[in-house]
Amino acid sequence: MKLHITYDINLCCKIVLQDHLDKLLLPYSINGLGEVEISGTLPQAKYSELEISLKKYGIEIIDNPKNVFTQKIKDAIVEMVYLEKALPTTKISAHLAKKLNKSYGYISGIFSEVTFTSIQSFIMLQKIERAKQEIIIGKETLTQIAWNLNFSSVAHLSNGFKSITGLTPTAFQRIIKKRSENNFTSQEINN
Amino acid sequence: MNHDALHILLADDDADDRLFFKDAIEEVKVKTVVTMVNDGVELMEYLLKPEIQLPNLVFLDLNMPRKSGMECLKEIRSNNRLKDLSIAIYSTSALEKDIEETFIKGANIYIRKPSDFEDLKTILAKVITINWQYHTSGLNKENFVLNIQ
Repeated sequence: MKLHITYDINLCCKIVLQDHLDKLLLPYSINGLGEVEISGTLPQAKYSELEISLKKYGIEIIDNPKNVFTQKIKDAIVEMVYLEKALPTTKISAHLAKKLNKSYGYISGIFSEVTFTSIQSFIMLQKIERAKQEIIIGKETLTQIAWNLNFSSVAHLSNGFKSITGLTPTAFQRIIKKRSENNFTSQEINN
Repeated sequence: MNHDALHILLADDDADDRLFFKDAIEEVKVKTVVTMVNDGVELMEYLLKPEIQLPNLVFLDLNMPRKSGMECLKEIRSNNRLKDLSIAIYSTSALEKDIEETFIKGANIYIRKPSDFEDLKTILAKVITINWQYHTSGLNKENFVLNIQ
């Protein structure tokens, strides 16, 4: 039996955070995602405890200002690539500069320093991730996917796809399909 | 982010290849800790120890005595604790059929073993930075495939 589920990732994170912060017995507020304010200071032992218990959920406390800023850049890019039906048609550099209120040169400098990759390649990675999801869902044609992600043609999408994964979109589709059939049959054998 | 190192495990039966790999990886900018094992049997013994911290990325040579890379891949993917590991297959074959087969069996990365040191460095840098992004940016590992020739 296969269950199809949908979930609200923001809500999940918020509830996990609340559950853990409540245990500290200190007043706190969650300022949007990615920022929590706790009144008073947290003793080191409590801090480590919180850090370890959140890590299980993939939630990490970031303590270096450059890392914090890099996370903000990543969030802004992810939001731009995933939340809208199609990507903004304005220049991405201008969009990021406006959103983060810093010059693009500053933003890309910090990003490369912390992640060892350029903003452009991170954006390409995220765009291709979204393309992969849309290919797997299979509702839209490659032409439509290319359009949503601001590639000027299917050929450009395929080139981008190939530069990130080393595979063509069609080969990817075939592999994922066979892989899930493969898992399905091996599960049936196990049962 | 860059506050802890990426833990890499390499399984390769060729001592020269292991040395070659270690030298190349030391020149990649991302901080790494490398553990090496000599074949597939040692690899599985290592991974099944309950006290170890699981690696972030495993490089598997396809042709190893005693237990091949393919057999290891199968065992890893059918083990609940290990099935989410990122696996890079390291092979001399460039046949499209072999490449697709390893992806279908659950590999994330396919690397054709380069004979040149500079090439190896470039390839490892690419694999590690992309894997790092999957590790730190909450990307869906199930869709993670990367083929490098």
